[in-house]
Amino acid sequence: MVAVTLWGSLSAVAGGKAKHEIEAKDIRELFRKLAEQYPGIEPWIDRGIAVAIDGTIYRDTWSKELPEGAEIFLLPRLAGG
Amino acid sequence: MNFDPRYSGRNFSSVGTRPIRPDGVDKVTGRARYGADFNMAGQLVGRVLRSPHAHAVIKSIDTSKAEKLAGVKAVITAKDLPDLTDGDAAMYDILDNSMARKKALYDGHAVAAVAAIDARTARQALKLIEIDYEVLPHVTDVDEAAHHHAPLINDQVFTEGLEEKPAKPSNVTKRTQFGHGDVHKGFAEADFIVERSFKTEQTHQGYIEPHACVASVNPDGTAELWVCTQGHFVYRQHCAQLLGLEASKLRVTSSEIGGGFGGKTHVWAEPVALALSRKAGRPVKLVMTRDEVFRASGPTSATSIDVKIGARKDGTITAAEATLRYSCGPYAGSWAEIGAMTAFACYKLENVKTVGYEVLVNRPKTAAYRAPSAPMAAFAVESAVDELAKELGMDAVDFRIKNAAQEGTRSSYGPVYGPIGIGPTLEAVKSHPHMKAPLKANQGRGMACGFWFNFGGQTCTDLNIGMDGTVSLAVGTVDVGGSRASLSLVAAEELGIDYSNVKAIVADTSSLGYNDMTDGSRGTFSSSMATISAARNAIKILKDRAAQMWDIPVEDVTWEKGHAIAKGEKYGNLSPLSLKDIAAKSGTTGGPIAGHSELVADGAGVSFATHICDIEVDPETGATRVIRYTVVQDAGKAVHPTYVEGQYQGGAAQGIGWALNEEYIYGKDGRLQNAGFLDYRIPVCSDLPMIDTQILEIPNPNHPYGVRGVGETSIVPPLAAIANAVSNAVGVRMTHIPMSPPRILAALEAEREG
Repeated sequence: MVAVTLWGSLSAVAGGKAKHEIEAKDIRELFRKLAEQYPGIEPWIDRGIAVAIDGTIYRDTWSKELPEGAEIFLLPRLAGG
Repeated sequence: MNFDPRYSGRNFSSVGTRPIRPDGVDKVTGRARYGADFNMAGQLVGRVLRSPHAHAVIKSIDTSKAEKLAGVKAVITAKDLPDLTDGDAAMYDILDNSMARKKALYDGHAVAAVAAIDARTARQALKLIEIDYEVLPHVTDVDEAAHHHAPLINDQVFTEGLEEKPAKPSNVTKRTQFGHGDVHKGFAEADFIVERSFKTEQTHQGYIEPHACVASVNPDGTAELWVCTQGHFVYRQHCAQLLGLEASKLRVTSSEIGGGFGGKTHVWAEPVALALSRKAGRPVKLVMTRDEVFRASGPTSATSIDVKIGARKDGTITAAEATLRYSCGPYAGSWAEIGAMTAFACYKLENVKTVGYEVLVNRPKTAAYRAPSAPMAAFAVESAVDELAKELGMDAVDFRIKNAAQEGTRSSYGPVYGPIGIGPTLEAVKSHPHMKAPLKANQGRGMACGFWFNFGGQTCTDLNIGMDGTVSLAVGTVDVGGSRASLSLVAAEELGIDYSNVKAIVADTSSLGYNDMTDGSRGTFSSSMATISAARNAIKILKDRAAQMWDIPVEDVTWEKGHAIAKGEKYGNLSPLSLKDIAAKSGTTGGPIAGHSELVADGAGVSFATHICDIEVDPETGATRVIRYTVVQDAGKAVHPTYVEGQYQGGAAQGIGWALNEEYIYGKDGRLQNAGFLDYRIPVCSDLPMIDTQILEIPNPNHPYGVRGVGETSIVPPLAAIANAVSNAVGVRMTHIPMSPPRILAALEAEREG
């Protein structure tokens, strides 16, 4: 079980709730379970969501494991220059 | 990813040295080939017809007269670029921006294009295209556009990010929010509060090389594109999708690049050139003029930002809040979102809230510009921080040190920080001789901090060892800031050979696996990780070949300083084999020796910088002169320190132009008034002092050498550092960027009038 925090706009499509407890072993499973619970999140996942695991931001490594008790933050996938 | 990216704390032989850049001679002798330097047999000249209106319905386009002109080989409109985006809204926007479909949405929006035998004929043909416009009301100002009475740019836009869908469409495409704690409680605990509103005008990246490409589409469905870009693999994907081509049949080669800074992460002319070539059956070269670059490429946002910060008497910030409105051009973007994330990222805050609003305006589609959105947010926040320090009677640096984020701090955008460099950059500034240097009359000193995320991404690298023992390194990240030199250093370091024996190139899209764009300061970070991985894979093969040559088990072979070593006393009579020795025998030990790597380079470390600026202001004219400038920034590990210093200086130079002079000026008719370098003034050498740099190295734990991106952070603090310097020089808080002479005089006048 990991504690997941959604940034403001994303929490608006997740029942208005920013904090969620989810059983997921990696980023892929986390996204799948969130989308099952809140279908409105799916287009956001398609557009790109970054995942901060204990402060380190992952954008593409969906196989990254989520350690038990880790702090997980979902963030927009940003553009760079 | 079968590669351990963790920082190892090793000592270096090549990394950290300063060899001469491998592309330098070609660039100073004119041999380097940029986007417009490529030519193909039988190529035509492409030219684009652009809307003179800021907002207009395209009722009809008649191209018949242009098509009949002798020498014209193709004329295209949006009908020649049918919508193949399959519901992908972002791609549809790129398509519509490349060639307007129903409405022209800004002055300069492409509406038709021609390919002709020469430029004169192409220009004549453009004049023969007849367009019937229905001109609509327009809006170019970010605050006016956000108002509910403003002309609607897209009546299908309903603000996202709200709990309930709004009843009416608006120009505000999205609301985003970040933060934690309770700002109301925090402000109630504050002894001092500063609250101000700030504006920044739209600026362009100002790259010297305009967009340029040569496209050639063959009847068999294969195509080639030679182009100036920051990401040829992404251009291939976008162009293939927009043109209905198979990606594998579109070969894209990136040229040398005369600056990009985010502005060459986006296709504009390239789909048009390909469509013209497809229709004409001949190659087409399309080079934007400077006027077109300003009017119709991708400048950064204009912004309007409200900031409120409160602190106790002891200097502890109790709450911070910002509302940020960023212009996106006429298509949805996420620019205010980034501003909202970065605004307070330098600080340790218990109560913080930022809200961003993305606003449509009748201006060109906003594109990334070096740490996109962060400089404007930093200008507003760091100006207010400076003002608050003054109210508290504290030194501006000490106030920031007291409130600086550190390892374990919850960032204002959410996650908790790992090891970071904001504190060390501030301490370095505090003890820097620049801070103690005396100032003369009409001079002021300012300082400010800045933050940028840095990214990684998909990366692929090939390392090939020739039979003479020299190494070819093929990378897929376009070299925008010296990465060929730094990646050669990394390959030399891993293999244990001399830098001069490594030659790095940027491979085309048919020669290497997919690579993300060179953006987000990721070029050296990501490709160095892939180069280390590829070199280590090559070393495995080198050890195997040495084992064959010695006829011993490969487990008994190690690799040290460029040589295979047979381990143990029983091999005491076996001399080490150099990489060159092993390469020479490769033909009879198994064939070519190479190392490959495909990985996702995640875990880029965040980056911080602190800048100091001294400025002199002429109180009679409002003219300014930067007299001293110092950049202190964390690089994680500077692979090639000269290039790192160059990035620091380049960011500061661009920031100085942005802060003092550069701005898009629109007339009441919605047309851009200053689309050229005479009227849009970027700084030249004579405008700038020598920009001093200090590199700090706080290793990134997620890179084997500790590397962080360095390319973008340097443009984040300058707007604020310079605004603080000007404000200190004239005794009036400057709240509007650029601080051009008329704006400084107006601020002084307003102050005198009270």
